[in-house]
Amino acid sequence: MTTTAVHKEGPAAVTPRPTVGSHLRGYWGRVRGGDIGALPAVLGLIVLCTVFSIMRPSFLTAGNFANLFTQGAAVTLIAMGLVFVLLLGEIDLSAGFASGVCAAILANVATKAGYPWYVAVLAAILTGVVIGTVLGFLVAKIGIPSFVVTLAGFLAFQGIVLMLISGGANISVNDEVLVAIANRNLPPTLGWALAAVAIGGYAAVQLLRHRKRLARGLTTDPMAVVLARIGGLTLILGIAVYILNQERSRNVLINSLKGVPIVVPVIAVLLIVWTFVLQRTSYGRHVYAVGGNKEAARRAGINVDKIRISVFVICSSMAAVGGIVAASRANSVDPNTGGSNVLLYAVGAAVIGGTSLFGGKGRVLDAVLGGAVVAVIDNGMGLMGYSAGVKYVVTGVVLLLAASVDALSRRRASASGTR
Amino acid sequence: MSATPLLELRGIDKSFGPVQVLRDVALAAHAGEVTALVGDNGAGKSTLVKCISGIYPADAGEFLFDGRPVSINSPRDAATLGIEVVYQDLALCDNLDIVQNMFLGREKHSGLVLDEPTMEQMAAETLAGLSVRTVKSLRQHVSSLSGGQRQTVAIAKAVLWNSRLVILDEPTAALGVAQTAQVLELVRRLADNGLAVVLISHNMNDVFAVSDRVAALYLGQMVAQVKTIDITHSQVVELITAGRSGNLGLTGEPVTAGNGTGAGPADTTPGGVR
Repeated sequence: MTTTAVHKEGPAAVTPRPTVGSHLRGYWGRVRGGDIGALPAVLGLIVLCTVFSIMRPSFLTAGNFANLFTQGAAVTLIAMGLVFVLLLGEIDLSAGFASGVCAAILANVATKAGYPWYVAVLAAILTGVVIGTVLGFLVAKIGIPSFVVTLAGFLAFQGIVLMLISGGANISVNDEVLVAIANRNLPPTLGWALAAVAIGGYAAVQLLRHRKRLARGLTTDPMAVVLARIGGLTLILGIAVYILNQERSRNVLINSLKGVPIVVPVIAVLLIVWTFVLQRTSYGRHVYAVGGNKEAARRAGINVDKIRISVFVICSSMAAVGGIVAASRANSVDPNTGGSNVLLYAVGAAVIGGTSLFGGKGRVLDAVLGGAVVAVIDNGMGLMGYSAGVKYVVTGVVLLLAASVDALSRRRASASGTR
Repeated sequence: MSATPLLELRGIDKSFGPVQVLRDVALAAHAGEVTALVGDNGAGKSTLVKCISGIYPADAGEFLFDGRPVSINSPRDAATLGIEVVYQDLALCDNLDIVQNMFLGREKHSGLVLDEPTMEQMAAETLAGLSVRTVKSLRQHVSSLSGGQRQTVAIAKAVLWNSRLVILDEPTAALGVAQTAQVLELVRRLADNGLAVVLISHNMNDVFAVSDRVAALYLGQMVAQVKTIDITHSQVVELITAGRSGNLGLTGEPVTAGNGTGAGPADTTPGGVR
């Protein structure tokens, strides 16, 4: 508890209307106070992209840009689920192999049993729900630390993947729809249409909110800031769709390769859905509350155990989605699906994006930004010809760096009283 | 003041395993009055509050609210009756802003979506109604507030819900002089607005500054409940430390901690002086 800043403010009624200047100063104040959010991820992304583009011009081609999305998709999706677990200050170390188990179920149902793709997808996601329920129950009701429960899951799921694949061969995934998820592109016009819908929707939400708050006489962000946000999104989506709609095929006569990869709208839709859940519903509010102060949440009448179980369910279900995308990309499922670096990349993505390991702070968007950083490092270093060993070391160092930024900004925040 | 207390407790018992923390406790809180609940560390003040607020179920005893018998088994039951507690450790989420904290667990919706403008407006009105002027923005995180401001938010949270009984657990314990005065003024204003207020405090100055009645707990027993004007500073201290003072408080052999058997004769029930 701090005793500073008691009498410096006047009555609430004469709070000045915020201007662009005061808005920026407010943001800078928060950053200096330790609330840096996704700033390191965005800066890191810019620096990494600049460096790789200079060192390897092939990094900056449309083909490689599209590759980044398909390479990073599975990790990003798993990281989106992990954000929920991290928001409670818990960890899910089993998310990687949980995605492997779900992918193996998918392959068994689709290829071996021959069911249509939607049955296989449903089976995989249901598997994720069951896994999450079990993990969440063990953590919330039995009271085993999530670290231990999910470490056990990490081992056990690895075994289950082996058993499901019976002996270490791999099961191929041939279903046209399943393969398309990570390997096909949207027609260019559809890409533009979706981008327009996204921008229009975002603008409508922002402007409506602004008007509603103004009408009620509440303080709002200045109009210029609202417009700048909409403009920023328009610019980013516009450039991205334009580049992705370029011809990427080496030989157009054999096959044409252009358009937004199908995983991009998949990630975008899930990003919007989960952001809505976290920011605009009571459930999301309660997740933050439990992550911030479990006892306060309990006294407010929130069912803390239910929230704790639910985040594990969300995490494992998102791991299932990640597993489906991974299986689609590889056209097959093998004992290593969801193994090796997948989990650490996913945790790294969430933390690099600005989600705190201490709970209570983070957004789903963090996972996407962090996932982009991880994908760029992986991709760029691959292009520069570094071995897998070097890539692992660098990614490990980046994760450590992100975790230190998290810890230091938290310390700074507690010193300046903003946390 | 009205004859029927807003909240009346009779014969409340509470044990944690072998330790009996509350023994046949009775308490009355009247609307429009501040009832100070005093007692030494471990006397059972916080446990009593947690029984009233539904966090711990009482082992035995009766709750009368507005003269009607009620049962309080969860924080929600208490909230439905209009009982709100402001805890010593404040129970605010640092990572949420003022509005989010005030509505935590009882958010306003329009459809599926949180109705932020309405919540913000209601929060602003409540703070204005309590003449709170020290908060810069309702959208700042609670972590950036001073101790007094946090206490103010916690109290405002409690009165937001048309509550009828507000229990404050040592609201001034961690505050400086100016902030203490501010919070006590707020406490008095709550009672003047017609709420029943139960104030737990160690600080005799606070007790005599704002309370209308004093209820003293001693080793889990309610030893006296009297009007503040009928009692002196030193008498309250004696009640807290020895369980009796002159003709007030326990009669017969004083009970010692852990001696659970012969305790609680009928004449130790509160209200010795009317």
